[in-house]
Amino acid sequence: MSFQLLLNILLAFLWMFLANSFSTSSFIIGYLLGLLAMFAMRRGFSNRFYLGPFIALIRLFFRFLYELVVANLEVLSIILKPKLDIKPGIFAYETALEHNWQVTLLSMLITLTPGTLVVDISDDNKTLYIHALHMPEADEAVSSIRNSFEKAILEVSR
Amino acid sequence: MIAISDIFVAAFALIGTFFSLVTALGLIRLPDLYTRAHAASKSATLGVMSILISVIIYFVAEDGFFSSRVLLGIFFVLITAPIGGHLIARAAYYSDVPLWKGSVQDDLAKNPEHVNPKKRSTRK
Repeated sequence: MSFQLLLNILLAFLWMFLANSFSTSSFIIGYLLGLLAMFAMRRGFSNRFYLGPFIALIRLFFRFLYELVVANLEVLSIILKPKLDIKPGIFAYETALEHNWQVTLLSMLITLTPGTLVVDISDDNKTLYIHALHMPEADEAVSSIRNSFEKAILEVSR
Repeated sequence: MIAISDIFVAAFALIGTFFSLVTALGLIRLPDLYTRAHAASKSATLGVMSILISVIIYFVAEDGFFSSRVLLGIFFVLITAPIGGHLIARAAYYSDVPLWKGSVQDDLAKNPEHVNPKKRSTRK
């Protein structure tokens, strides 16, 4: 992915030298033309065209912001409710992610999602121990959210 | 005449202070350290973020000055706050801080890699 990005910048500089105009606008034109050429040649690369992971990353970021707001509204309703009816607990969650940065990103996302907080990660990076604010309702909703998070992270790194 | 930017500035600042207040209330009301870490790591993040967003909008609208440092501040808060909550909860768990009595389930105690805090304290 980073190789393709570097190649695209190189193509943009090539365009600037061809057009003999060294300005930001000609860089952008060259970048877009290089993007087009690389899209046409995308079968020559060993991994997939780099706009895919990039778009997936942007979608992950917006999902992150959305989850942050939802998490806050949920904590808000728990704190401001006159009667404190929560059932906290720690549950184990098996993750399929392999690289360290993926597990880090997933645990950051889980910590900022509604009612969950990562307490510990097992030594082999396979199990996350998550403290849930309200166990009975958290289990199913949270596992679906996390599955979609995991899919999104895999989509970025595929 | 009230500009639209004024409304945004006021709204973000009020939302931010409101969430910060809720964080403080949560720290008082919630029963144990782990649930408090929930309130501190989530509401405080969003509270500080929206106050900083309101700062950005105010200076862009009034002075035409875009402060990239405040944007970086938002980014750093967003990255570091969940890590802080995680580390505090983890350190507390391995220092034998008990869960609240209403807690339902504790899978981490069954983790074979780490010794159960209660067992560890008797073995010493």
